[in-house]
Amino acid sequence: MNKTVKKSAAEINERITWQEITTGAEICEGGTSKLVNTGDWRVKVPVFIGEKCKHCMLCVPFCPDSSIPVKDGRRLDFDLMHCKGCGVCVKVCPFGAIDFVKEERK
Amino acid sequence: MSIRERMSGNEAVAHAMKQIEPDVMGAFPITPSTEIPQYFSDYIANGKVDTEFVAVESEHSAMSVCMGASAAGARAVTATSSAGLAYMWELLYVVASSRLPVTMAVVNRALTGPININNDHSDSMGARDSGWIQIYAETNQEVYDNFIQGVVIAEKSRLPVMICQDGFITSHGVSNIELIEDEKVKEFAGSYRPENYLLKKENPLAVGPYGVSPYYMEVKRQQAQAMKDSMPVIKKVAEAFREMTGRDHGFFEEYMMDDADVALVIIGSSAGTAKEAVDRLRAENKKVGMIKLRVFRPFPRIPLARAMCKVKAVAIMDKAESFSNSGGPLFNEARNSLYDLSGKPYAVNYIYGLGGRDITVEDFYDIFQDLYVIHYTDDPGDIYRYVGVRDRRFPDAVDFGRESENDIV
Repeated sequence: MNKTVKKSAAEINERITWQEITTGAEICEGGTSKLVNTGDWRVKVPVFIGEKCKHCMLCVPFCPDSSIPVKDGRRLDFDLMHCKGCGVCVKVCPFGAIDFVKEERK
Repeated sequence: MSIRERMSGNEAVAHAMKQIEPDVMGAFPITPSTEIPQYFSDYIANGKVDTEFVAVESEHSAMSVCMGASAAGARAVTATSSAGLAYMWELLYVVASSRLPVTMAVVNRALTGPININNDHSDSMGARDSGWIQIYAETNQEVYDNFIQGVVIAEKSRLPVMICQDGFITSHGVSNIELIEDEKVKEFAGSYRPENYLLKKENPLAVGPYGVSPYYMEVKRQQAQAMKDSMPVIKKVAEAFREMTGRDHGFFEEYMMDDADVALVIIGSSAGTAKEAVDRLRAENKKVGMIKLRVFRPFPRIPLARAMCKVKAVAIMDKAESFSNSGGPLFNEARNSLYDLSGKPYAVNYIYGLGGRDITVEDFYDIFQDLYVIHYTDDPGDIYRYVGVRDRRFPDAVDFGRESENDIV
């Protein structure tokens, strides 16, 4: 009989063998996309200009991902781990508080 | 005591489903499997079962319902045929790679091109590499027995299972059947108790994650192992079934093989016709035999090869074309299985019965005759053959008992 292999995301990495990978590729927890860096597809990157920002929060719901953290009613600088560089936030900002520049990678 | 009844193969499958009482059925009608969900929705309407029937708008959705239900922790079943199975294609692979034990009744029908509603195996043979266990039946009794076992095999091996029968031939043909008492089936099938499932709130679960290159191949290798490991599961379930009913179901059935010179290897209802040909030739002291393959996935490579090695020449019968220029799917796998064995027989392929073309006892006589020629001349000739097709080179070979003036030859 087949034995079920169960693991959480942190226990699964690129050295795992086929014998150790979870049955049916299941992951024994939710919300695991938080752990995966999908911010490396960008060509252009939004840049937050704090002094121009009025914290109107329009950019926050327009972000198709989770790249604009908010704390105590104020938006913080970008969390770029999941930002695809779509530029929607740049378009919707009424105050020119977001710049959009070619990303230089080192 | 078992119950003697008479039923079509479709009703027999629906009856098995009723006795098992799955949690969810997602199904969409398509000839010739339509009757299965039809009978089953009658059972639901009449309060005979407590199954959630999801009436979907397509087979793609039917399989999606089964996938979702199974991942959520429910026992899910469906039924389909031909283009319906083809429309499930994408999900077949997802269900198998997610290791979800869905059980599906497949009523085999030709795939369209040209459009045709009759029986051959092109639909399920096309899905042979999707990662599903495939079990085929000769008779109504077998498809009933197979479905009850199929649910258990699926859940014990965590693989989806197709229970196949021949469209119209067994699906609509009514014959005697021995049904098992409801409570015995309930006990045999038990209920689906997965260790982990989406609706188990104490244990959050992600199903069907993105399998990027560093992971995809490990998942596939594990699936291949699951298919290998399902061999002893299928055997054990058949043993338990024999204890309950006295009926024996192996990976294949050997018919008159022990002293045979030549033999057929065949899948499905045509095995019944082949047995009649074997019986009549045996009465003339011709040592002919037959192997009826029940389990095509996993392919019982080693035992089947050993059984074929009992004879000098085998005709491997395919009710599906592969357009491979090297024979049908059963031929390629069965012949391949002989490669490492010494004393192997000659193995030739016959494509037969496409789109519901009849195969007769006389056709099997001709095939056995061909096998004896191969055996005595030590020459297999052309190994990729057709039987039952009109061919201008052999004008008398196929007689349909009607004027041929309308035929385009």
